[in-house]
Amino acid sequence: MLQDKDRIFTNLYGIHDPLLKGARARGDWDNTKSILERGRDAIIQEMKDSGLRGRGGAGFPTGLKWSFMPKQSDRPCYLVVNADESEPGTCKDRDILRHDPHKLVEGCLIAGFAMGACAAYIYVRGEFFNEGRMLQAAVDEAYAAGLIGKNACGSGYDFNVFVHRGAGAYICGEETALIESLEGKKGMPRMKPPFPAGVGLYGCPSTVNNVESIAVAPTILRRGAAWFTSIGRPNNAGPKLFCISGHVNKPCNVEEELGIPMRELIEKHAGGVRGGWDNLLAVIPGGASVPMIPKSICDDIPMDFDSLRGVRSGLGTAAVIVMDKSTDLIKAIARLSKFYMHESCGQCTPCREGTGWMWRTMTRMVEGRAEAAEIDTLEQVTKQIEGHTICALGDAAAWPIQGLIRHFRPMMEERIAAYKSRNVPRMAAE
Amino acid sequence: MANAHTGAFEQPSSFAFDSESEAEIAMLIARYPAGKQASAVIPLLYVVQRQMKRQTDSAWVPVKGMDAIAERLGMAPIRVYEVATFYFMFNMKPIGKYHLQLCTTTPCWLRGSDDVVAACRKETGIQGWGETSADGMFTMTEVECVGACVNAPILQVDDDFYEDMDAEKVAQLLGALRRGERPPKGSMSGRQNSAAEGGPTTLTTLQFAPEA
Repeated sequence: MLQDKDRIFTNLYGIHDPLLKGARARGDWDNTKSILERGRDAIIQEMKDSGLRGRGGAGFPTGLKWSFMPKQSDRPCYLVVNADESEPGTCKDRDILRHDPHKLVEGCLIAGFAMGACAAYIYVRGEFFNEGRMLQAAVDEAYAAGLIGKNACGSGYDFNVFVHRGAGAYICGEETALIESLEGKKGMPRMKPPFPAGVGLYGCPSTVNNVESIAVAPTILRRGAAWFTSIGRPNNAGPKLFCISGHVNKPCNVEEELGIPMRELIEKHAGGVRGGWDNLLAVIPGGASVPMIPKSICDDIPMDFDSLRGVRSGLGTAAVIVMDKSTDLIKAIARLSKFYMHESCGQCTPCREGTGWMWRTMTRMVEGRAEAAEIDTLEQVTKQIEGHTICALGDAAAWPIQGLIRHFRPMMEERIAAYKSRNVPRMAAE
Repeated sequence: MANAHTGAFEQPSSFAFDSESEAEIAMLIARYPAGKQASAVIPLLYVVQRQMKRQTDSAWVPVKGMDAIAERLGMAPIRVYEVATFYFMFNMKPIGKYHLQLCTTTPCWLRGSDDVVAACRKETGIQGWGETSADGMFTMTEVECVGACVNAPILQVDDDFYEDMDAEKVAQLLGALRRGERPPKGSMSGRQNSAAEGGPTTLTTLQFAPEA
């Protein structure tokens, strides 16, 4: 189990002052200048050595991503921070924004410096009005204290940080949709390539990182890559924020070591599954987009990127949605289908039409008003959508249904049989 | 104010930014590079919505407001309309004094959002989504995941999250709002934000330098 001394987000629960005085007392902004003095290459190398994998869901190595930015550029470069946290089950960045905002602001300066950016734009989801205000207060303080702005931290480097408020569209969590939105357009994803590191915000080189990825950077650089890799498992290094929601006795956010067994995570921090571990039915381990896993897998699965990928699910955002035996799993997934239908931007036909089709079919599956063979049709349609859209929303809409069919097909068939037995066709009855 | 029964409403015939809005606009546009002021379209839509709230006690975005934004940012009006309608947080018609936004996505549903919805219906008399109560006090909107899932279910009132809700707390909250009170936002169970009920399981052994 991770010890308190190795936790990065020491004000996760907002017990202490989130603003500059309190942040300094917790070690933020401690001689940031000396970190910048190591130089761009050294900072990026340290981040690569730490093995930090992006905390927004995809798990791409953060240091490597930073290294894609041009060494020389005649155009301005930008760091864009994705604070559009909207993946159902996920509420970790919210706690960083409202309780530890200076970790993010300091991380912006260091990351921005390392990639040669002139400014950071932090795109905060519209619903996080109060969280955005706290972040803005932290940014204002940092300017006033000379930590950012002209000659940031006395380093001779000029760096601006701007907070931008979104307006309620899940799709803007996709990096190119976020850039479109930041430019004042509808949040419709762009084709890649070109990747943002070549053509991003305002057509300039840009890197989009998740809030948590940026906020952990200062601590990694202070304590060293070796410290970070000593926590977690190989290729899955470091502490991580987990969100435990659903049918547990005490839902909570907690920072734990990557690779912690799911059962230990739930029992130690969230008071266990409602009604005991044996009352567990299934868990969505990484936010709504990843396929659910049944209890038999949950019993001994470690919570990290590679272990969960190995059971055909994913760590995603590390949002653990727990469902006990009282849950109508088909209804739980149907509600997610409705979510994706609502959030599809409408640009690609397979997603625009497919998410609606899947929701309508899932709605019938909840009642059992379907033929058993339609389960196969549904599965085939999810495969037609997956991989055939510009962005990953199509995949995200397909995977929860695939997970349901993979592990709980008999439950769906029983539902259909029960409906049939209740609704015997009139012809046969006469 | 929209007619609660027919949904019909009138668009104002003009819109001009007031001084409070002008001050906000100057600050907002300065955040973006010269020539990229279109980036401020979402922030300015909020400015219009807040000004309408100040002036009419209903937070919404009229067509004339969008036209004023288009003119200010040098955009074609259609570009502002399409942004305003693509995103979900701009109300394209008048709403009640308080905007009740109910999350019903799976994490909230697992924790009893159905009860919260039923309680809101009972307290306000509103039947369908997007409708406003007869007294003009409340509008109920179904929203997708608002991102506070470990404190589910969530009832968002205007910009504030009320967390760990149940039917009884809905009745208390809406009663207070009717009386003109504004209970503190956050967890209604009294727990420390996103920490486990009964106290955090971590961060209990740390000592920091004095904050003063």
